[in-house]
Amino acid sequence: MNSAALQLHNVTLRLGGRVLIGPITLSVGQGEVVTLMGESGCGKSSLLACLCGTLPRAFTASGTISNAGVDITALPPESRRLGILFQDDLLFPHMSVGQNLAFALSPAISSRQRRRERIEQALTEAGLAGFADRDPATLSGGQRARVALLRVLLSEPRALLLDEPFSKLDLATRQRFREFVFDHLRTRNLPTLLVTHDQADAAAARGRVIQLQSGAAGN
Amino acid sequence: MRAAPGNGVNPPLSFLRWMAPITVCMLIGPVVAGFSGTLLPAFGFFPALGGQTIDLESWRQLFELPGISASARLSLLTGFTTTAASLLLVTAFCAAWHGTDWFRFMERLLAPLLSVPHAAVAFGIAFLLAPSGWILRLLSPWATGFAQPPDWLIVHETHGLTLMFGLIVKEAPFLFVMTLAALGQTDAERSRTIARTLGYRPMNGWLKAVFPRIYSQIRLPVFAVLAYGISVVDVAIVLGPTTPAPLAVRLVTLFNDPGLQQRFIASAGAVLQLGLVALGLSMWLALESIIKRVGKVWIESGHRGRNDATARYAAAGAAISSVGVVFAGLSSMLIWSFAQSWRFPDALPSGLTLANWTRHFSTLQEPLINTVTVGVSAVSIALLLAIGVLEHEVRNGRRTFVGAAGVLYLPLVIPQIAFLFGAQILLVMAQLDGRWPALTWLHLVFVFPYVFLSLSDSYRAWDERYSRTGLCLGATPTRVFLRIKLPMLLRPIMTAGAVGFAVSVGLYLPTLFAGSGRYPTLVTEAVTLSAGGDYRLIGLFALLQMVLPLVAFILAFLAPGWLFRRRHGMQVTR
Repeated sequence: MNSAALQLHNVTLRLGGRVLIGPITLSVGQGEVVTLMGESGCGKSSLLACLCGTLPRAFTASGTISNAGVDITALPPESRRLGILFQDDLLFPHMSVGQNLAFALSPAISSRQRRRERIEQALTEAGLAGFADRDPATLSGGQRARVALLRVLLSEPRALLLDEPFSKLDLATRQRFREFVFDHLRTRNLPTLLVTHDQADAAAARGRVIQLQSGAAGN
Repeated sequence: MRAAPGNGVNPPLSFLRWMAPITVCMLIGPVVAGFSGTLLPAFGFFPALGGQTIDLESWRQLFELPGISASARLSLLTGFTTTAASLLLVTAFCAAWHGTDWFRFMERLLAPLLSVPHAAVAFGIAFLLAPSGWILRLLSPWATGFAQPPDWLIVHETHGLTLMFGLIVKEAPFLFVMTLAALGQTDAERSRTIARTLGYRPMNGWLKAVFPRIYSQIRLPVFAVLAYGISVVDVAIVLGPTTPAPLAVRLVTLFNDPGLQQRFIASAGAVLQLGLVALGLSMWLALESIIKRVGKVWIESGHRGRNDATARYAAAGAAISSVGVVFAGLSSMLIWSFAQSWRFPDALPSGLTLANWTRHFSTLQEPLINTVTVGVSAVSIALLLAIGVLEHEVRNGRRTFVGAAGVLYLPLVIPQIAFLFGAQILLVMAQLDGRWPALTWLHLVFVFPYVFLSLSDSYRAWDERYSRTGLCLGATPTRVFLRIKLPMLLRPIMTAGAVGFAVSVGLYLPTLFAGSGRYPTLVTEAVTLSAGGDYRLIGLFALLQMVLPLVAFILAFLAPGWLFRRRHGMQVTR
């Protein structure tokens, strides 16, 4: 067993006693991207919510989840070290770009100067140098998406979950952002779980593709 | 995929679990305790005054009061007529103009009007319609020939017509705003379009395709208007008949009578008042079911309606004049408060001056400070409770009973006088009457429902994925709540606070009873002054009452915009 991986063991999701997804047993290695494909409404997003620990109460989940060798099944979301990207960038509208990133940065980096440098550095690498004081609302869709990825990466997750993060971008931006995301993930060697219904996403991920059965679902 | 209402993100905090029960106790407690404190003396049981036995003596004395049945009839008629007329006005206007520029114009015009307290509107109407009021000044002497104000009884007109008029123009904006909220939730735009494309005339189509759904949503506010109209005191003191006065006004006089025996009679009267409201509500329910049956036949008939241009313009005319009257009345109050000498029949005063304000500054000071401190503290507590209850709902994934209509509307539908008298007795026994906590608590009972109703939609609609994102970034639930959720919800929270503050500024009876005369506020002072007829002084008080809520709303509008002035995503989008 690879202790640095994201591992699901017999994870099953139920809604009102009916099995929605599972049981899924799956191991995502370092730097690997596993794609879960399925029709919308088959419970893909609920599975990710279950992994994050943010599953709505109406659902029940069983099985165990471990991340980087730690059993996280019973941990609260903020202690799981699992980053997530949604369809929408969900940048906090009341904070500047820099504040959004600082919110994610670990408080262990305590000097203001150091924090500022880390943020500038991340922005520069993403081609967004000098954007720290910008209002998120003034950014283009592609720029916002990149900031959202930077934000999640700055929180130093041990694994990443992607919930159709490309689906709301226009075609040209989508391709560029997709490459941007996968490049970053590979350099960081992060285990990544991608859910999507877009074949192109799966192809770009260049990893295993698991088809979720929509027959067992349909909520 | 958006998650179901509940989310398992944040663990239910144990202290949040207590928010709903605490809130309900704080709201329902005074109502229930107060009502029993009214009910027992009504049947003669009031040991502190020597009433040890249960009997009907106070009822006998109540019905021997001269003109008591006329008072009761007047109250019932006032509430019923007022409610029916303002609902008719609002419905006709919406049916005629929904979806037009006119309609949007009215939306903007009415929002500020809603925050003006009842008493201030009543004074405005009095300033306008009185024999020495603005209308007759504008018409005299050229049209009327009057060089002196005529000796007409307009303001306290004996059939209650002026009172009803004042209530209609004040309640119509409230029902209009409730209708607006309902329109937003019922897909009314498209229903209206479909009815039109099927060949229905605008009003006919709206009444058939949209109104039934709207009405089922504004039903509780309509009940609140009805109950308020039957038991109103402050507006009735300013505009209502005096021989006899409506029941609730007479009861307040009886309560304040130094002869303590009168209190038994007054208690019986307060129970009668509750009965009147119950009777009014059942009459309304009967009317509802008749209209429902007739309406069903009408809807199924397929009649498209005739040319309704006349009716549409009539509806617009009625709506505009009712708004115009309020604005004119409030403006005349504004002018009076700055007036030098203003002789009849001059249309305007001889000059404007600040002297009225400076001369009466010391008179205004204490009531002003009391109004603000009680309002701000009641609103702060209400916001804390409302946010606590709503946050618990979100974390627990389940609505609590606080949001249940029965709980929220209970203090608004039960006549205030029926429980305020008993509440005052309890306060006196606890030696809390005339003190700040008691006053704040009673204000809270009336402020909370509006704060909660105003806040709950935005709070529940907030995208929980923001908090999931925050948590997955490693922030604790508390940090997510303080740094992300509260700032993002600042605008609806402040707006709810302004709504609550406006309610508190306008509360007359609760202030009168809990304050025991030691806590004069702007509204109690103004109503006390109304008998004296010093237009300038009344104008000052009424104007301040109007300005305070306005300031709160402006603050609620501007402050979030200023705090987040560099954040485009936090500005109001139109």
